Amino acid sequence: MALISVQDLHVNLGQSHVLQGVSFEVPEGGVTALLGRNGVGKTTTLRAMMGLVPRRGSVKLAGAELTRRPTHSIVRRGVGYVPEDRDVFAGLTVAENLRLAERRQKPRYELVYELFPELQARGGQKAGTLSGGQQQMVAIARALLNDNPVLLVDEPTKGLAPLLVTEVAAALERAAELTTVLLVEQNLAVVSRVAQQVVVLDMGRVVHVGSAADLLGDQEKVRSLLGVAGGSH
Amino acid sequence: MYFLIASGLSLIYGLMGVLNFAHGALLTVGAYATWWTSTKIDGSAGTKLLVGAVAGLAVGAVLAALIELVLIRPLYRRPVEQVLVTVGLALALTALVEAIWGFDARPFPVPSWMIDTTSILGASIPNDRFVEIAAAVVVLVGLNAFLRYTRYGLIIRAGVENRAMVTALGIDVRKAFTLVFAIGGALAALAGVLSGVYYGVVDPGRGTSLLIFAFIVVVIGGFGSIGGTAVAAVAVGLVQQYANYYASSGLGDLAVVLLLAIVLLLKPEGLAPKVAH
Repeated sequence: MALISVQDLHVNLGQSHVLQGVSFEVPEGGVTALLGRNGVGKTTTLRAMMGLVPRRGSVKLAGAELTRRPTHSIVRRGVGYVPEDRDVFAGLTVAENLRLAERRQKPRYELVYELFPELQARGGQKAGTLSGGQQQMVAIARALLNDNPVLLVDEPTKGLAPLLVTEVAAALERAAELTTVLLVEQNLAVVSRVAQQVVVLDMGRVVHVGSAADLLGDQEKVRSLLGVAGGSH
Repeated sequence: MYFLIASGLSLIYGLMGVLNFAHGALLTVGAYATWWTSTKIDGSAGTKLLVGAVAGLAVGAVLAALIELVLIRPLYRRPVEQVLVTVGLALALTALVEAIWGFDARPFPVPSWMIDTTSILGASIPNDRFVEIAAAVVVLVGLNAFLRYTRYGLIIRAGVENRAMVTALGIDVRKAFTLVFAIGGALAALAGVLSGVYYGVVDPGRGTSLLIFAFIVVVIGGFGSIGGTAVAAVAVGLVQQYANYYASSGLGDLAVVLLLAIVLLLKPEGLAPKVAH
């Protein structure tokens, strides 16, 4: 049974009909990658699922409808969110950023510091003074601090150096052992490493659903669906 | 006094993006609640002032929380309507005070020791000035401690930076909105109490006349910054008084507007923008 079910999701931003009836399902466990060219609605899909933009349609988590809930209530139902631009609180320290995200009696600091030991050492540093990679660690750590059944992660490797991309991919793999991840990602090497399923969007609609290995192993499909050469990224 | 009014305004705008034009009316209501309570109890002027001030602050906080819950909350994401509502509320509350207690100024309960003066370096300074400075320092330290060491303080500081992301961490930021409004209302009422002590009377137009300078302080200090607001409040107060004293009485207001223009030209975002600290 699908853990997340998105049905006929529509989003209008200004005059633009960005999502035009997006429907897909995310199975429990592992990583499902949401792919597509720039501007096809991947980030908007995640934001709509989180209730951060006005939307129509249905988003269900384990059968429970989420679209009538405000964002904070969706998160409390167990949907963690790592936004595209990290959105760490620049004026707060790393420790304060993490403390703000605590929702459970026992936040999983051991897991977070196992994945990102650097964050423990930089607890007193203002998040705004961190590098892009370190800020991404804070953003992922905030979502991992609570045992969310689902994580929505938006382009976690965007703008990162290759070494950091590897580190973030490793963190995603570890996270996927504990929770279900819906990942928006442009880096196909990362997708190939961590994802089992893919959902491809184009022009605000789902145009392909299948296994990650099948899609990324078919150069012609990758070129036609994503507009890039696959496999070698 | 400017700091007390402006700090609430600054937090409310910094966190919620609400320009609260009813803030001055909360000052007036707080001052009148203090005066009215003092007329209903027996005791010395000090007792009347103390008990009245507690009542005034409670009225300010509760009224502000009700305003947020009933009038502001349904209008989030509709800034024009919010401004219209707060302007209308300011007019309505002031008119209500005038309708109940009339246009005439009412004598405020001021203990005699506050009217007495203390000589410092040859200058005779009324003791109420020290009370006002002490109140501002206590509020500054208390607000900073609240923002720095409490969970709600953490939420407010984060919310001033990025409200949407706070909700995306599972936090109902609307509770923080109500709390900030209540704190702002209590601080406005405290400013009303201290302005009553300063002038010796309270009148219906008090809040409106002080509000414009409070907005100037907030713009100079940077929306959402308590430290910036404190520095700006001192700067505005000093510029206003020095201009009135050394140039010509009445030039102080013009000097404050000039100061605002200079800050906006050199540092449009204010002295310490958009971070509650």
